[in-house]
Amino acid sequence: MEQSEKIVLDHVSYVYGEGTPFEMRALDDVSLSIRSGKITGIIGHTGSGKSTLVQLLNGLIKPTSGQVLLDGYNINSTFEKAYEEWNGLPEYASLTKRRAKRAIREEWKKRQRELCFRVGLVMQYPEYQLFEDTVYKDIAFGPTNMGLSHEEIDTRVREAARFNGVEDDWLEKSPFDLSGGQKRRVAVAGVVAMRPEVLVLDEPAAGLDPRGRSRIFGEIVGYQRETSSTVLIVSHSMEDMARFCDDIIVMSHGKAILHGRRETVFSHVEELEAVGLDIPQITHLMRLLRERGLELPENVYTVAQAVEILKTALPKMTNKGTHI
Amino acid sequence: MTETEIFIHAEHLCFAYDDEKDAIPAVKDISLDIRRGEYVAVLGHNGSGKSTFAKLLNQILEPTSGKLVVGGVDLTAEELTEEELLAHRRRVGMVFQNPDNQLVATVVEEDVAFGPENLGIPHPELRERVDRALEAVGMSEYAAHEPHRLSGGQKQRVAIAGMIAMMPECVIFDESTAMLDPLGRREVLDAIRMLNRERGMTVLNITHYMNEAALADRVIVINDGEVLMDGTPDEIFARRAELRSVGLEVPQCAELIHLLRDAGFSVEGEKISTVEGCAEMILRSLGVIEEKGR
Repeated sequence: MEQSEKIVLDHVSYVYGEGTPFEMRALDDVSLSIRSGKITGIIGHTGSGKSTLVQLLNGLIKPTSGQVLLDGYNINSTFEKAYEEWNGLPEYASLTKRRAKRAIREEWKKRQRELCFRVGLVMQYPEYQLFEDTVYKDIAFGPTNMGLSHEEIDTRVREAARFNGVEDDWLEKSPFDLSGGQKRRVAVAGVVAMRPEVLVLDEPAAGLDPRGRSRIFGEIVGYQRETSSTVLIVSHSMEDMARFCDDIIVMSHGKAILHGRRETVFSHVEELEAVGLDIPQITHLMRLLRERGLELPENVYTVAQAVEILKTALPKMTNKGTHI
Repeated sequence: MTETEIFIHAEHLCFAYDDEKDAIPAVKDISLDIRRGEYVAVLGHNGSGKSTFAKLLNQILEPTSGKLVVGGVDLTAEELTEEELLAHRRRVGMVFQNPDNQLVATVVEEDVAFGPENLGIPHPELRERVDRALEAVGMSEYAAHEPHRLSGGQKQRVAIAGMIAMMPECVIFDESTAMLDPLGRREVLDAIRMLNRERGMTVLNITHYMNEAALADRVIVINDGEVLMDGTPDEIFARRAELRSVGLEVPQCAELIHLLRDAGFSVEGEKISTVEGCAEMILRSLGVIEEKGR
C-alpha cells in the first residue's frame, strides 16, 4: 500500500544562530505534506528558507521545533522517544526488558543510518563534490557505503548511469576529464544509485545551457516516471517548474505561502510576483492580452497551453492565413 | 567620438588551448566589429567558445592567430610592449560568474578600491572613484559592510563597482547572472543597462538566458568557435530552427509565435523578442476581434 503523503512537516521552525546577534529564523512554523510518487517544485528567492527546508528532510539539520515525518516516522526521534513509542509493540513484548531495549536501540540506529540513503540529496553544483579517480567509483560511492554486494553495486551503478545519460565509455574515465554538464550528470547518478525513496535536487540546472537544462530535467522526469519515487526540485525558474512539476511549494520569508497542484499555484500570479518571483513569460503575455480585451483563461503557464487556447479562441486566424 | 566608431575589431581570431591533445581551437575564426556604446549579447552552448572569445577581448588570453584591434590600437601587433598591452587591457573590464570568487577585501569599499589602487590612482581621486562606482550600482549604503554578508546580487554589484572604478571603456559580463536568483538577476541587468544607456559604455553580456539576450541591441550566436548568427534580437529569435540545431532556444513568447505560425496561423510582425512585441503582433493579426472588443 502506497501512502499518499511521503513527507509531512508538522509546525517546523528552524533558527540559525539562536541566541546570538545573528539569530535568523529561516523557517517559521511550516506545516505541509509532500505527495508520494510526484514531482514537487520548491520555489522562492534567496533567503526564503527553501534550502533550509530540503536540508531538514534527510536529517542534515534538525528542526529547532516541530517534526519532520517520513512515512509517518519522525526522522529526528531520539532513542528515548522511540523506546517510549515502540516498547509496547508486539515484536518486543516477548523479550525481557533489557533485550527489548537493545532491540529497539538497534532498530532506532538502523533507521537513523538509513535516512541518508532513503532521502538522497543532490546539492547545488554537485559536480564540485566529485572526488574519485573514475566515474564508476564515484557513482559507486553511495551504494558501497550502504554495504551492498559487488553485484548489487554494479547493477546500481549501471542503472543510475542509464537514468542520467552517463555513457558507458565515461565510466572508466576520470570525472575531471568530463565537461561541466557531464560531471553534473555523474553527480546526480551518484545519488540515484542509492535508489532513494525521495530524491531532492537543489537547482539541478543552474549554469547549464538550454539544451543541458532540458536534458537534465528530462532525465529527472524519466527517472521519476520509471521508479515512481518522490522527487523534490528546488529552483528559481518558474518556467522550468511549470513544465516539470506536479505540485509546487512557494516559500517566502521562512513560510510556505502557497502550496498545491501546479495549476492552483499558477492561478495566484499576483502573489507570486508580490514575493519577487519571475512568472513565466508566457503567463505575462497572456495577461497582457487579457488586459487588451481578449477573453482568455487566467492561469496559463506553459507555451503548449497558450498555443491551444489561442488556436481555439481565434478561428479567424486560419482564414486570414489562407489568404496569404 | 562618433556614434559609429568601431571599438573592437576582430579579424580571423583563432585560439587553441595549448594543453589540449587534439588541439581543436576553442575559437576557430571570428571576425566582427563592435561599435562604441553597443549593448551586445553573446549566446552559445557550453563549450561553443564564447567565453574564450571574451577572454581574448580583454587579453586574459592571447590569440594564436588573427588580428584584434581595441580602441584603434592593434593588440596583436608585434611591436607592442608588455606594458602597453597591460594598459590596453584595462580598457576592457570583465565580471565573472561566481560572485564569491571575485571579492578580495573584507570591507565593500576596500574591495572596490582594490583595482584602481593597483593602478596607482592617488588618494583624493581614488576616494571619488570608489564612491561614484558604488553609487552607480546602488550600493553606497553598503560601503562599510562585509561583502560575505551580502546577497548574491549585491555581491555581483560590488564586483561591477570594482570594475567600473577602474574606468574601462567596455565591460564583458561572463554569465554574471547564472548563479543569482531572479531578484539578483534583475539587479545586475539593471546595472548593465545603466552602464550602457547612461554612461555609454560598450557592453557584452555572455549568457544562457534567452530573455536576457532579448534586452541587448544586438545578439551574436557563437558555435564551434565561429560566429553563426549576428543580428538584432528580433532577427535572431526569428531563426528558431537554426538556434535549436545548436542547442539554444527562443524565449517563450517567440516560441508561441513560431508554434502558431507552424500550425498555419498568420501572425504578422517582427517584434518577436519581447512580450509586448508579441502581444502587439497577436492583437494586430486579430484586428477584427480587437474592434469587436470595443
